[in-house]
Amino acid sequence: MTTTRDWPLYEVFIRARGGLDHKHVGSIHAVDARMALEHARDVYTRRQEGISIWVVKSSEIVASDPTEADAFFEPARDKIYRHPTFYDIPDEVKTL
Amino acid sequence: MDTAALEARFAARIDADERIEPKDWMPDAYRRALIRQMSQHAHSEIVGMLPEGNWITRAPTLKRKAILMAKVQDEGGHGAYLYGATETLGVTRAALIDELLAGSAKYSSIFNYPTPTWADVGAIGWLVDGAAIMNQIPLCRCSYGPYARAMVRICKEESFHQRQGYDIMLSLARGTLAQRRMAQGALDRWWWPALMMFGPPDAESKHSAQSMRWKVKRFTNDELRERFIEFTVPQAEFLGLEIPRGTIDWSEFHEVLNGNGPCNRERLTARRHAHEQGRWVREAALAYAEKQRSRQREAV
Amino acid sequence: MSAAGGSSSHFAWVLRLADTNLVLAQRLGELIGHAPALEEDLGLANTALDLLGQARLLLTHAGQLEGKGRDEDALAFLREESEFLNATLVEQPNGDFGDTIVRQLLFDAWQVPLYERLTLSRDPGLAAIAAKGVKEARYHLRYSAGWVVRLGDGTAESRERVQGSLERLWPFTAELLQADDIDREMHAAGIGADLAAVRGDWERQVAATLAEATLERPRDRPWRWYGKRGEHGEHLGRLLAQMQVLQRTHPGASW
Repeated sequence: MTTTRDWPLYEVFIRARGGLDHKHVGSIHAVDARMALEHARDVYTRRQEGISIWVVKSSEIVASDPTEADAFFEPARDKIYRHPTFYDIPDEVKTL
Repeated sequence: MDTAALEARFAARIDADERIEPKDWMPDAYRRALIRQMSQHAHSEIVGMLPEGNWITRAPTLKRKAILMAKVQDEGGHGAYLYGATETLGVTRAALIDELLAGSAKYSSIFNYPTPTWADVGAIGWLVDGAAIMNQIPLCRCSYGPYARAMVRICKEESFHQRQGYDIMLSLARGTLAQRRMAQGALDRWWWPALMMFGPPDAESKHSAQSMRWKVKRFTNDELRERFIEFTVPQAEFLGLEIPRGTIDWSEFHEVLNGNGPCNRERLTARRHAHEQGRWVREAALAYAEKQRSRQREAV
Repeated sequence: MSAAGGSSSHFAWVLRLADTNLVLAQRLGELIGHAPALEEDLGLANTALDLLGQARLLLTHAGQLEGKGRDEDALAFLREESEFLNATLVEQPNGDFGDTIVRQLLFDAWQVPLYERLTLSRDPGLAAIAAKGVKEARYHLRYSAGWVVRLGDGTAESRERVQGSLERLWPFTAELLQADDIDREMHAAGIGADLAAVRGDWERQVAATLAEATLERPRDRPWRWYGKRGEHGEHLGRLLAQMQVLQRTHPGASW
């Protein structure tokens, strides 16, 4: 048996309803963008899961490195003043 | 960081019930165990299309035909989700499928049993999907993120599979004498294989302990098997069907697992045939896409 | 027009549509689990499910027009071969994927313009089914045309194979596109569609797809098939024998 050359991998993102973000749901294989959209539709929207699909070639995705997670994400941890709950506002003050 | 430190950190994350994601560091053994389990799971979905697919053309009503088509299609979808999740571990689907077709990968033994009557379609939904759901629900919380997310999607979709199976059995149980006999025959055929789906007894299960530690597995084989029996016996009573008496024949389990079940050869032959017959189609699509890309480059 | 009490031509004409959908769904159902790639299994199954859904609505509607109490299952499982009025094209075996997809293109390119016209039918039941079906049919056409282009403009082998499929299946298209007495009567009554106009759209769609696929349009042949009058080739009998086996073996049983 000869080894198969598989179709390239695409990541699939679906918008479930108007007003929501596209969300990653998984991947499919396809030869090009057109086929990738069809496969994403046929595989991931059999139960009305979506109203819009994005497909992106998996090899085109640039991801942050988990070993750099500390450097990337820890610095945000102590900026608690960026969150509204940081501020004590007297109960008498409304709509703030 | 040295390996010991990485392993300690990994173990701590598992203990803290954190999810492991594709690009995170993980021990090779964990990666290998996941590839083995997830690809077997994917293969099982794909081979699992065949025994029920056998009845799509003969379903007794158009409603049953539509339900069965949708169900067999779902199994293909579940295979697709699981192959996709396995690919996040750095293997290709093509390589996994080559292993299946070469006979070197395993899949659930249950699909090596034949479906001689329509009632077998009912029994598969009721018992086999019932057992599968019981095995799968804990996997929605397993430690590997892509596997857990695929399982959430799968379990959501599977919930109708077991009910449609029981619904078929219910119609047969309320039907003619011939239909009731058909239903009992199918229960007799599928009961023991369904119980074997939970895997060998805990004492003999070689992967269980490590899988439990890694939180890939959350209950033991025997715990899940007992729970399944507890749920299923009253359902059989409601149908007026008799649960077969006796005990599990583990030698049969090992025979079927080792390729000597009633339909092992047929199932693999069917998969190989589809794969070989489809080769020219897959290659044509690739060739077309390459031509299109080079045409676009020339046009620029 | 009320659903019940349609003319026998009306009943027969709706059956033509119903049976054509049903038989094609049955053929596609044979393939599920055996497609060239996993994603195509899902795609073909989606098409099969859509066609089966349309067939069920159309059979139910036909049964109401007939007014003899026959439901979708009585019509699907308890009629004989000569009573099936499907187009001969759809009973052709799946063959290789080229045959399957060319059969689908030739069918989809007919169903889309037909349904577009039937949305205006004076038969409100039929118009509603067509309005639902046309959306499904447009996706099927996108899928089948996409594949015919890939296979035609793919490798030398795929081009040769799919050109062969086209030659084999082309003779079955004439009956879809040429009106007979019942087609004309239904068009005149405002129930059916003008097949000459459907043919115009079909020709344009097929010509465009074949051009993109670098395939040649086969020559038209003089022989006419009339599956739509119950005159079938050799394949339908076996297809029905398989489809109807349980209902025939267990008369009167419910499932």
